[in-house]
Formats: sequence, structure tokens, C-alpha cells
Amino acid sequence: MFADYTSSELTAIFAMQGFAGLILFSVFVLMALGLAIIFGQMGVINMAHGEFMILGAYITYLTSQLFSAYLPSLFDGYFFIAMLLAFVVTGALGALVEWAMIRHLYKRPLDTLLATWGLSLILQQLYRTVFGAREVGVSLPDWLMGSYAITDIIEVPINGIFVMVLTIFITIGVYLLMQKSRLGKQTRAVVQNRAMAGAVGINTEKVDRYTFALGCGIAGVAGSAFTMVGSTGPTAGQLYIVDTFLVVVFGGASSLLGTVASAFTISQAQSTMEFFLSGSMAKVLTLLTVVGILMLRPQGLFSLKVRR
Amino acid sequence: MSSQISAAPAQNSSPVDWWKYLLLAVILLVVLPLALDIFRLNLIGKYLTYAFVAIGLVLCWGCGGILSLGQGVFFGLGGYCMAMFLKLEASNPEATAIQSTPGIPDFMDWNQLTELPWFWQPFHSLSFTLLAVIAVPVIFAFIIGVAMFTRRVGGVYFAIITQAIAAILTILIIGQQGYTGGVNGITDLRTFVGWDIRTESAQYLLYFVNVALLFACLFAALYIKRCKLGRLLVAMREKEDRVRFSGYNVASFKIFVFCIGAAFAAIGGAMFTLQVGFMSPSFVGIVPSIEMVIFCAVGGRLSLLGAVYGTLLVNLAKTSFSESFPELWLFAMGALFIGVVLAFPDGLAGLYQTYIQPWFKHFINREKVGLTPPAPIPEKTTTPAKEPVASSLSSSLEESRNVPA
Repeated sequence: MFADYTSSELTAIFAMQGFAGLILFSVFVLMALGLAIIFGQMGVINMAHGEFMILGAYITYLTSQLFSAYLPSLFDGYFFIAMLLAFVVTGALGALVEWAMIRHLYKRPLDTLLATWGLSLILQQLYRTVFGAREVGVSLPDWLMGSYAITDIIEVPINGIFVMVLTIFITIGVYLLMQKSRLGKQTRAVVQNRAMAGAVGINTEKVDRYTFALGCGIAGVAGSAFTMVGSTGPTAGQLYIVDTFLVVVFGGASSLLGTVASAFTISQAQSTMEFFLSGSMAKVLTLLTVVGILMLRPQGLFSLKVRR
Repeated sequence: MSSQISAAPAQNSSPVDWWKYLLLAVILLVVLPLALDIFRLNLIGKYLTYAFVAIGLVLCWGCGGILSLGQGVFFGLGGYCMAMFLKLEASNPEATAIQSTPGIPDFMDWNQLTELPWFWQPFHSLSFTLLAVIAVPVIFAFIIGVAMFTRRVGGVYFAIITQAIAAILTILIIGQQGYTGGVNGITDLRTFVGWDIRTESAQYLLYFVNVALLFACLFAALYIKRCKLGRLLVAMREKEDRVRFSGYNVASFKIFVFCIGAAFAAIGGAMFTLQVGFMSPSFVGIVPSIEMVIFCAVGGRLSLLGAVYGTLLVNLAKTSFSESFPELWLFAMGALFIGVVLAFPDGLAGLYQTYIQPWFKHFINREKVGLTPPAPIPEKTTTPAKEPVASSLSSSLEESRNVPA
């Protein structure tokens, strides 16, 4: 299949597809980070994770509308405020959901799946009622428009670069939070041995709530970033949820590094194959490979050894 | 993996309440056909095909604790096998004479295919088709089961991977339009071995065949649930390692029950195709697969009859809701998911056992008391021995629950 292209064209194709893959990678990583915390650390299957992401996207959309209507002079910087808002609002909703629903189900992980699926249906219909069934897009500030030409045939869009830089910062932030901060240490302690963590004075219920809220908040930020590269509709979240779960499981559920590595592998494989095969076949092949590898190595790429 | 379901094993030793099965048979075979017109009855028949899946899920999920989110795959494979046979019969050279290549299904012609693909060829034969309806999904389930259960993948991971498989199959069917009919599916099915399936009499007959098959599956499932295998499944759900250390090959039991679930789903899928007259990827993917799980959960994940009633009720509610308030349906469905999981983990069957059954018993016992006057012992002692057993069982369940999984 490579015979029709010259070598310089091939390089350009791989570079451009690689870059498209990197944008997909950013979305995957941002969604999977939140999920890795919720699923990997707490063992809760949050099927409504995509809807939390979309909530973040809608909040970004509303903020952009608000800024363009009332504060056009500050429009260049609206994105950062929107991101903060998205984090706070989705995090708060996450804490509410944990309090109302999830905390009753920690011993029944399969049931969290059904309950959060119900939640995702409700949220989807809510978005449809409030925002309409049509997809909405945000208008980007001027400094995010256009593209940057590396060579004559390789061009990369600036908003893509921005999203990637953002992803890197958020990933580092989450890593530091989980490894260095008090909350992160407490979370990991609760995961490794709940009874012992409680015995040394950690309020495990509170840690559960904050962890879930944090995971949801990161999903909100992911949604914020998502508006930079795609448009938002009520069911957009569901498109990514299965992929994201596979990313998390493939990476080894409780390892953040594994999550990043598997997001990179899956997104790159998919976008590179997309150029040569049809989009659906590329996706089928990627998912099949991942499922196949998971059958051979159920614990994922990077696994954390925890005594159970 | 443990789950909070109460007093399940007690059912295994108690005698079967045959009148409940008789009641269901009367409802399905006498009351509904007399009360409903053929359109509604056909709709009920369509819902009952989902009940096959729900019965399989009672065995896999309720008893065995294996939550498969890919039952739609088996339902779809069974349905597609049947649809391929019907489609080949519908597209004989005379009927498709206007196509550029007569004798192949219309969607292949639209996608510039000039000959029948190899995997369509055997579906000219009825006996092969009837075999394939069961065999293809079961073999597929067997491969998945062997790959997963022998490597001890279970619980949450199994659910996610089966869900991914459902997603893959849907994308594949939609993507390979020329071979599968794409997003529209295989439509315009007319006859089954020369017998027009669209007439009213045919729909009546298919409905009764469907109910008969449903009862066959119900009794097969009842047998499995009540024999030693059923008890082992429950034991595996509660404490898998203990069963393994007792010398049982846990993986082979799981594979078996997963294949049984797949076979039931496949029968349902084939009957769906026959009664509804088409098959499309919208019955294969993630959303229908999860909906089938909720049918089972609403009925009570441990109750075979509950699965049938749950399927019927949820679908009736879905149809009437989405006819009158399409906006509200998703809210109601979402609330149903959350409510069933949080408030009624035993579903309709649980409600029946806690509220209606004691009332019945009370009623019957009072009659007995009335017939034999010198029996001054009140209700407390008329249901003896049961309570200590139930409480000791539930306390042993409690104990196993407290140990982290």
C-alpha cells in the first residue's frame, strides 16, 4: 500500500497523520486521566464520564458566548476562565453524584456501571432539552486560529498545538497531585488498603468523594479542551467512552503512566491506519488488536502490584 | 466478586412453583392473543425475543456473576444468520431481474458487488442456516470465553471487553456495507421456505412458535439453575477461589454458562428477524446490549420468570412513553436504571417475594386454620424453620461480603 507514494510524501503523510493522532491522543489522555483515577483507583465504572466531559464542553461554550456578548475585550483569555469553571462545576456535580449514588455501590462495581449508565441517559436528555440536539461549536480567539507551516507540505494547526501543550501540563499536574499532594497520597493509601488507611486516621469516605470529584473535574477540563478541536453535541460523550475505557484498561488500570502510553499507542495506530484504510476499518483493527492484547495480558501494559 | 442479593441459594432446594409457569403460559398463549390485535401481538412477540437474552443473563449474571455487556452481539449474530437466509430467498434471479447482477441481494448490487461473497454461499441451505443460528454465536462465545475465563479475566474487565466487542461488531457491520447491508441492515425479507412471513396468519403462528421456544429455554434454564451446576455458579459468584480450591475447574463452568447465554440470545435474534422482518446493527451495539441487561435487572436478576415479565414491562413502558412523551423517555429510562440498582437490586421478583408472597401465605394459612379449628398457633409458627435458615444464609453472605474482593 505504500508503493504509490514517494518517500517524501510518505514522510509528510506520517507526520500529518501523526499530528492528527496527537490531537486524538490529547483528547484520549484528558478523558482517560479522569477515568484512570475513578476506575483505576476507586474501581468505579463511570459510564457517565463522557457526559461529564460534555458538560465541561457546554460550560466552555456558554462562557465563550458570555464573553463575546459582555466582555469582548477579554475574549482572548476566556478559555482559561472557562476551563476553571468547567473543572469546578463538573467536580461539584461529581461530588453530588458520589454522595447520592456511588457511595452506596462501592461493593457492587458492576452495579455502578448500570447506575451511571442511567445517569448518562438522563444527562444526555438534559443537554438535548437545554441546548438542543444540534452540535454547538465555540468561536476561537484570534491567536488560536490558523496553522503553522513546518515545511512546504507539513502544516500543523495552532489550536492542536495548544491542546497538546495543555494536555502535557494537565498530565504533569495530575501526576504531581497523585504522587506528592496530601490528597493523592491518601487516595493511594485507601486504594492499597482501605481498612488500614482508615485505621491510621484517613477519612476514607471523604477521600472517596474528593477522588471522584477530582476525576469528574478533570473530565470537565477535557471537555473544555475538546471544544478547541471538535464541536459538542448531546451524545458526543458516548462516542468516546468505550475507547477511553479500553485506553485505561490497556494501560493497566491503576497506572497513570500506562494510561498515557496506551492512549499514545491507540491514537497513533488509529490515525495512521485511517489514511490507508477506511476510518471504520482502522478503528475495528485498532480495537481488535487492543482486545486481543488484553486477552493475552489481562492486567494491561503497566500493572501495579497490590495485595488483594 | 460478591453481590448484595439476598437468600438466593434457598430457592434451589425449594420445590418449583409450577403454577407461576402455568400463569405465564396462560397470559402469553391465551390472554394476550385474545385481547390484542395482530399488530400489538406482533409487538409483544418482538419484546419476547429480548426475553430470551434476559433469561440467558439471569444464568450468566444473576447466578454466575458474569456481566456480559455484549449479549447484543449474540442476538445480532443469530438474527443476521436468519436474515441472510431469508434475504437470499427474497433475492432470487426473477425478483431481482432489474439489478445489474440479478440473484444477489439488492444492497450488494448497490455497492457494485458482482457475485455473492463466500460466507453468504452456505446460507442458501435451510439446514445449514438453522445450525448456524446457534453455532456461530456459540462458537464466538466459546472463543471469547476460553480467551477470557482461562486467564481469569472477570467482573469489570470482562464487562468492558465484551462491550468493546459489541462496539467492534457494530462498526464492522456498518463499515462493510456491501457485505452486510450497512446501517440499514438486511431489510425487505419476505418468505421463509416459500411461506410468506408477512401475512397475519404467519405472524400468529410465529408468535406461538416464539412462545413455545421461550418456554423451552425457560425450562432449560430452570434445569441448569436447579442442578448442581446452578449451585456451583452461585458459589463461584460469591467466592470464586473457594470453589477453585475445592477442585472445580471454574473457567469451564463459566465458559459453559456464557455459551448457553449466547445460544439463548441467538434463538431470540433469529425469532426477532422472522417476526419483525429485518435485522440491523441497531440491535447489536452497546446501547441495546445494556438495555437487555436492564430488562433482566428490572425483573430481578435471579428470577427466570422475572426476566420475562421485566422485559415485557420495560418494553411496554418504552413503547407507550416514547409514543406519548418522547422527551421524557430517556429520563424515565435513566431513572429506572438508577432506581433498580439503588433501591430494588432484586427487581420485580424481589418485590414479589417481600410484599406479595407473605400476603399470599398469610391468606392461605388463614384458610387452613379455618378448616382445622383447633390450631391456636398464630402465623409465627405456621412458617417455621424458614426464618433461621434464611437468616443464617444471609449472615454467611454478609460475612463473605465484608472480606474485600
